[in-house]
Amino acid sequence: MKIGVLTSRIRVEEKLLFQALEKAGLDYERIDVESIPFLLNSKAFASFDAVLIRCVSHTQAFYASRVLESQGVKVINSHHVINVCGDKLLTSLALLEHGVPTLHTIVAFSPETALQSIETMGYPVVLKPLHGSWGRLLAKVNDRDSAEAILEHKKTLGGYAHSVFYIQEYVEKPGRDIRAFVVGGETIAAIYRNSSHWITNTARGAKASFCPITPELDHIAKAAAEAVGGGILAVDIFETPEGRLVVSEVNHTPEFRNSIEPTGVDIPAKMVDYVKKAAGGEI
Amino acid sequence: MTECPECGATINLPPGTEVGEIITCPDCGVELEVVSLNPPSLELAPQVEEDWGE
Repeated sequence: MKIGVLTSRIRVEEKLLFQALEKAGLDYERIDVESIPFLLNSKAFASFDAVLIRCVSHTQAFYASRVLESQGVKVINSHHVINVCGDKLLTSLALLEHGVPTLHTIVAFSPETALQSIETMGYPVVLKPLHGSWGRLLAKVNDRDSAEAILEHKKTLGGYAHSVFYIQEYVEKPGRDIRAFVVGGETIAAIYRNSSHWITNTARGAKASFCPITPELDHIAKAAAEAVGGGILAVDIFETPEGRLVVSEVNHTPEFRNSIEPTGVDIPAKMVDYVKKAAGGEI
Repeated sequence: MTECPECGATINLPPGTEVGEIITCPDCGVELEVVSLNPPSLELAPQVEEDWGE
């Protein structure tokens, strides 16, 4: 059995995954996505039983996964999952189509329609880029003046994707959100991400702490993971003031360095076990 | 042992360092990418791109 790990930059997570692969006694090879050409219509990667995609760049993961699948290689996560999770609009649609509770969202294709939509939804709202992570370029829009300025900036300064205006209801969170790790259809761990800021990404300074996996959390996390296609995923969930859980987004290349200690779960070992099963044809 | 391309500080790569890893220069604080282990070599790390993340 031979496992590939497709990477570019090496984060703490990739080092922990390498260690877990070694501990599991698996034959693995690191593949630097930026160092090799991907010859189409070849079988260059056919010797791999599975390839774990760990590129920090969504674009690289998106295209490389598709090339590998064209060669019949089992890819984790699949190109479909990377496509859905890497685009917030596609994630929202997948969640809605599978009946998973999520945030009220409107998409508009011009600043004028976006402004009308924001006024209809009511302030505050959150404007998000379709692509991107780590809580970057999110804007909480509190009033019309802010809305007009941000929409103009996005239209004028952003690339064409920034003119697809993704408008979401603002949820007053209890100083935290929840991240649930779902691997192979099982909720293996969950953390609270605690922050006094409305953006609760750990990349933006939120602190991780243990979150119990209640039946309700387990259900919504699994449902969200299944909606986007399953695999190795991190589901971000908000608790509304009414006490409901709603899914905000699903991440296809989860970072977990801050989640091992508070949960006591060997997350990289769980991920490697899933990759091993996939490589062995069990998944 | 190698040196920081920004400030010239001497840097020892700890055991377990991987090519592609981002480290921080202890002297000037700049982020550096490990581009080679043998011999050890560092370059200024790339800026975070818009599509980077989870």
